[in-house]
Amino acid sequence: MPQPQVTLQVAREHGLTEEEYERLTGTLGRTPTIEELGVATVMWSEHCSYKSSRVHLKKLPTEGRRVVGGPGENAGAISIGQGLALVFKIESHNHPSYIEPYQGAATGVGGILRDIFTMGARPIASMDSLRFGSFDHPRTRYLVRGVVAGVGGYGNSIGVPTVGGELVFDPGYDRNCLVNAFTLGVVEESRLMSSRATGVGNLVMMFGSRTGRDGIHGASLLASAEFDEHSEEKRPTVQVGDPFLEKLLLEATLEIQKQDLALAVQDMGAAGITSSSVEMAYRGELGIELDLDQVPLREEGMSGYEIMLSESQERMLLVTRPENVQAIRAVCQRWDLESAVIGKLTDDRMYRVRRFGKEVIAVPVDLLADPPALTRPSAEPTEVAPEFRPEDLPEPRDYAQVLYQLIGSPNLCSRRWVYQQYDHYVGAATVVHPGADAGVLRILGTDMHVAMTVDCNARYTALDPYLGACIAVCEAARNLVATGAEPLAVSDCLNFGSPERPEVMWQFEQAIAGIRDACAAFDTPVVSGNVSFYNETEGKAIPPTPTIAMVGLLRAAKPLTPWFKGDGDVIVLLGRTREELSGTEYAAVVHGNTLGSPPWVDLEAERRLHQVVLDAAERELLRSAHDLSEGGLAIALAECCLSAPHGVPLLGARVRVDESMRADAFLFAESQARMLVSVRREHAATLRDLAGDAGVAVAVIGEVGGGMLEFDGLASVPVAELLTTWDTALEKLLGG
Amino acid sequence: MRWGVVTFPGSNDDLGTLHVLREVLGHEATPLWHKSDDLGGVDCVVLPGGFSYGDYLRCGAIARFSKVMSAVAEFAAQGGMVLGICNGFQVLCEAGLLPGALVRNRSLSFVCREVNLRVESVANPFVNMALVGDVWRIPVKHGEGCYVAEETTLDQMERDGQILLRYCRADGSRARDAADGGDYNCNGSLRDVAGVMNAARNVFGMMPHPEHGADASLRDVNWPNAGVPDGLRIFQSIAGWVTDRGQRSAVDSMR
Repeated sequence: MPQPQVTLQVAREHGLTEEEYERLTGTLGRTPTIEELGVATVMWSEHCSYKSSRVHLKKLPTEGRRVVGGPGENAGAISIGQGLALVFKIESHNHPSYIEPYQGAATGVGGILRDIFTMGARPIASMDSLRFGSFDHPRTRYLVRGVVAGVGGYGNSIGVPTVGGELVFDPGYDRNCLVNAFTLGVVEESRLMSSRATGVGNLVMMFGSRTGRDGIHGASLLASAEFDEHSEEKRPTVQVGDPFLEKLLLEATLEIQKQDLALAVQDMGAAGITSSSVEMAYRGELGIELDLDQVPLREEGMSGYEIMLSESQERMLLVTRPENVQAIRAVCQRWDLESAVIGKLTDDRMYRVRRFGKEVIAVPVDLLADPPALTRPSAEPTEVAPEFRPEDLPEPRDYAQVLYQLIGSPNLCSRRWVYQQYDHYVGAATVVHPGADAGVLRILGTDMHVAMTVDCNARYTALDPYLGACIAVCEAARNLVATGAEPLAVSDCLNFGSPERPEVMWQFEQAIAGIRDACAAFDTPVVSGNVSFYNETEGKAIPPTPTIAMVGLLRAAKPLTPWFKGDGDVIVLLGRTREELSGTEYAAVVHGNTLGSPPWVDLEAERRLHQVVLDAAERELLRSAHDLSEGGLAIALAECCLSAPHGVPLLGARVRVDESMRADAFLFAESQARMLVSVRREHAATLRDLAGDAGVAVAVIGEVGGGMLEFDGLASVPVAELLTTWDTALEKLLGG
Repeated sequence: MRWGVVTFPGSNDDLGTLHVLREVLGHEATPLWHKSDDLGGVDCVVLPGGFSYGDYLRCGAIARFSKVMSAVAEFAAQGGMVLGICNGFQVLCEAGLLPGALVRNRSLSFVCREVNLRVESVANPFVNMALVGDVWRIPVKHGEGCYVAEETTLDQMERDGQILLRYCRADGSRARDAADGGDYNCNGSLRDVAGVMNAARNVFGMMPHPEHGADASLRDVNWPNAGVPDGLRIFQSIAGWVTDRGQRSAVDSMR
């Protein structure tokens, strides 16, 4: 097969800039081969190289006493004692999911699962943060149905429970949905596996699926460029997932780890063999030689270029000593997987690849793995939005009607329709199921419980990326604290528009600063993450969306849940409510107003609140705890009445309204650093003292009981009717 | 009492089932591998939930041809106790060890939630720690759990007490007809069937997951009702039956 001659023009079509092409030819001292151009293009793509984000990511706090694996590896790892570590990461699969929702979402789940078991950890739970356009957009329903089915299709089949997540609708995602997948695994700390190649002369093996022509250029073309009217044509670059094969791959990988057969393991995600082998060699400061004629192929006659850039799913790469090859083959055979020795490690730090017996690539590893970081220009947007004026939100006359309107709105109604399609039982470890503030799992064989959540309010980040990112971290931490868990570490998924636009880079820098400050305040280092740029279509970027996944360990023996537990319990509001109505769901849904700034952030107040709730949880004072966020106090109260598992009798509540402020602010303001708890009457005073001593505002606002949710003098609605509206809204919005 | 839990490639509730048998019930439980026909002399074989061989054809259609299944068929033919959960139920139907078949849920969606189950029969090895009419709460999680069989088969199974569990409302009632509303039947199974036993009364399959409704240490958070978790009663029923099987079979033979 004749290979095209590489020229600047061909390089440009691949997506290289003139400068990058010159660096390639300059270093090689000759015209690159088409294969060399291919691997350079994918390695230098935004998706693989983080070239636009690297200088900024360095500002994030990544260290802490528990951190045993930070950014740079396939996932972050923190030590939790008893010889165990948690391994976790969140990653985006936005563009593939917009083009082909089922497979895009499914392979997103598959990819993040591989990142976790590549580290030697058994995945025990997943979460998904999903963002779609408004229901007015014709594609939204199709995308929601496809993505949810895809997440479930992969996760259910491989047998990892999906225990939580987010689902948000906003017109800003009309043409670019977000699918961020998170997985957490557990590993014996001493058995954490690395992707760093070691030992000159050691062999490189591939195992798992055969390599086919699917997904070529998925990462570089699909994930590293914005959408346009031709996006549909990119559908063939979306890979197809096989969860069954991944299940075998998972078990085989963990068996290889258990028998201590591999020196390094790396999964093949974006840019397939290229990226996995280059990164392994780079991290080990070694060279590598690959013979593509040994790679098991799905179809004959694939060129070196195609093999190098294929993104066929469910494949792994490992480094092993020659004497362990037979044992690895035996494990693979036990799980009916193909395996092959495809190369070896060298000491010359060169990346050499042969196809059909001929060397087609000979490039320094460092050139591929370490392209110069860019410092892209950034600038605060100059366009000034109209100011928010509280008087533009007239106080409603009928609060009962507003309550129904909000509780049935796309962002506040029950997510049951979604999580009912996810297996959240498999693994026999789920203690708190989806629908609560955070998912909680016991760690089998120990007395420990891990809590996890994923959060971002992109309406806030659109108004103020710094405060919005701060709040995303705060809310994640509060969600963990609401279950009685102490926040420990973060993985972030930074979804933004094109980095080539200064205002997007400004948003990015602001968001990084927000995450940095909040994570520093809570001592929750960022141990892993992912950047997804180019989330825009025809020049219109998504709202900046720094999704925060946070993980914690339960302090108390049993987790707290949000729903009310007993008639006569006292409802206590911790934290101060301010007249902050701008940026709220209430302002958007009821008044169509999305102007202004997000609620104020006080990190110190947040920290004190965490301390009070955790102390009270440890002393078993609390019957329920629920974070206050979107929808404010009224919606939080409603959720406390409605979110009990089926079979548990519903409880209403009677609440006194604070008359020192606008009633709608008391009900719907989204002031931060607040938590809603219920306690037995005899414990109310103890909690008040505990909060008072810590300087946290505390108010007994009502009591649990009856069949109505009652706001004195404002509204009184039957809980059963509220439940119907809340519980069926999403299905109705999706069209039955 | 010794249990064996089969691992097919793609099984994913095998570990959870072993956990419940060992840690909650305190019994001996061994993993059984699909490539082996050695059942290790266990008293009861459990075929767990999951997606055996990926379930890309019909669910359970490939698993039935595995080496372990020929041993299970022989074991069952000799009166050995077999419990199939979810995918295990599908495998038992495909293997012809249970009547009927499981097809795609009526909703066409995967469904994961707790359901109410009405105990229909208690004079059997699998559901005997209950009274007829008791309502149990056990989770389901499946995409293809709609039980179908010939009308005559269903009639005969009803007559002979082979239908042990049915989907029902929280109060134990069922819809009289389609117009009466049938949300409680999570998958559209004919006659609300959730679990069936073979004529020889030693093979039982159910779509709900007793192993995920068996651990009382999860109860404070998720289950309001005290007492033995409903899922655990399935395993306790089997264990009790096996333990004094000698007596039972003597009684049965006199009938």
